[in-house]
Amino acid sequence: MRQRSASYATFTMFNYAFLTVLAIVCVLPILHMFAVSFSSRAAATANIINFWPVGWTTEAYSTTLGNDSFLQSLWIAVERTVAGTALSMLLVVMAAYSLSKTSLKFPGRSTYTWFFVFTMLFNGGLIPSYFLVNKLYLMDTLWALILPTAVNVWNMILMLNFFRSLPQELEDAALIDGAGHFTVLWRVFFPISMPAIATLSLFAMVFHWNSWFDGVIYMNNKDNYPLASFLHAMVVSNNLTQLGMSAQDVANISNRTVKAAQLFIGTVPILFAYPFLQKYFVKGIVLGSVKE
Amino acid sequence: MRRYWTNTWQFHVLLLPAALGILIFNYIPMFGVVMAFQDYQPWLGISHSEWVGLDHFRYLFSYPDSKQVIINTLVIATLKLSFGLIVPLVFALLLNEVRLMPAKRVIQTMVYLPHFVSWVVLGGILIDILSTDGIVNRLIRAFGQESIFFLGNGDWFRFTLIVSDVWKEFGFSAIIFLAALTSINPSLYEAAEIDGASKWKQVLYVTMPSILPIVIVVATLSLGRILDAGFDQILNLYNPLVYNKGDIIDTFVYRVGLTKGEFSFGTAVGLFKSVVGLVFIVISYRMAYKLANYRIF
Repeated sequence: MRQRSASYATFTMFNYAFLTVLAIVCVLPILHMFAVSFSSRAAATANIINFWPVGWTTEAYSTTLGNDSFLQSLWIAVERTVAGTALSMLLVVMAAYSLSKTSLKFPGRSTYTWFFVFTMLFNGGLIPSYFLVNKLYLMDTLWALILPTAVNVWNMILMLNFFRSLPQELEDAALIDGAGHFTVLWRVFFPISMPAIATLSLFAMVFHWNSWFDGVIYMNNKDNYPLASFLHAMVVSNNLTQLGMSAQDVANISNRTVKAAQLFIGTVPILFAYPFLQKYFVKGIVLGSVKE
Repeated sequence: MRRYWTNTWQFHVLLLPAALGILIFNYIPMFGVVMAFQDYQPWLGISHSEWVGLDHFRYLFSYPDSKQVIINTLVIATLKLSFGLIVPLVFALLLNEVRLMPAKRVIQTMVYLPHFVSWVVLGGILIDILSTDGIVNRLIRAFGQESIFFLGNGDWFRFTLIVSDVWKEFGFSAIIFLAALTSINPSLYEAAEIDGASKWKQVLYVTMPSILPIVIVVATLSLGRILDAGFDQILNLYNPLVYNKGDIIDTFVYRVGLTKGEFSFGTAVGLFKSVVGLVFIVISYRMAYKLANYRIF
């Protein structure tokens, strides 16, 4: 008995050490970028920065925030995140409410459900979608970034599973009191579904903030790029001429510390939003997926 | 009939906006796949472009580049899915042994983080830290080894894709296993302990069988994503040097179809992927239902 617990104690010690290292490895690259962004250019060129800024300066940030193209893309990212999340959540919650009813209450629900779910199984692919957005004259508008992905079927299923887990009596009582379904949804279901709605909103926000590909293909004018698309063109594909900047601006902004600052600014909203919502999303995922 | 509408009109109204959105942005492009059987020219449109039958598909299967692309997709996706299942599972089992709640929470917060950071940002970071002057190669040189061209050599590129994808997602993927682990009835462990089972035996005979159903579900459902090798990730990391080993179906469709303007051929490749993907998804859902009684709704 003693032997066994001794070996378990050794295991526990190694386990803690291993998991600590693993957790640190998950944040180190982000920490490195943070360190580079606050370091001097000389230190970045000399390649001596590890995980703490060398020659502390906020120069990279003042350069970044003084660049109009960057600020413009930041604003577009905020717009699409707010508008896109609001629209998406509205559509998803409304549809999920109806789909959460039993077939007895709402004959026709399974037809609708299949209509939605089929799009998870099959899609027309990139090129027909591109031409559709083109034909609808949505190119270079904010709508191109919001409408095509507004109805997220997966979120709809999570939401409908959540609605189903709520006590049936709540709805019945409200209906007997003379409320219609719009009132039940808005006054009864909506307030008590906040954990699930917060979770799915978090996912929608992260999705919009991080989406870059739709910006790249649907925006012909680079001034309409959201931040993620801007970062892709700037940092990843090094496609600076695309962004139509002067040579001086290009030289300033392609600096390694400035690139790091831009990437870090692109991550800040996520770093801030996520610890607050962490308690919700774990709950939300579990609600949606593990059900007996 | 009239009663049906008085009872249900509100449900239909609530569904209408979402149904319209899906109809326009998901169903109309499905009909757009007829482009794959045409020689589509944007100025002629679908109604006036010339029909070419299966020409693009014949080309797809005879063109060496596209065969390589299919192989790349399968290799990269299979490796990602396997490690993307094993690593989160092992991590969840190890984390489950952590009894100190604050430690557990801090570890969870840290490992979930990369999931929420976009591939654009991570691509930028990886290009920086994996370059020849980057921090990783500095470390490798400190150990007296040669620098590695992580993003310039095809095999190392694949390695980087898989490791960085597992790194980004393992924590988040573990959530589902952790949820299953916490829902195991503690009395099972008590009973095992009274019967004299050691900690290891408890893991083997109580923990493992309890979470097996959810592992089967996750494994079979991942089969449905066998052709999704990571579009976002690859487009943010690759360069012409590694097209040979790193180009996947999705990136190929984008490169050839949209940037080179071979719209019909791109659509054909995309359609091929959608159809094969559909088959795999249906099989995976059937299997998950048969093996573990799983249904999505």
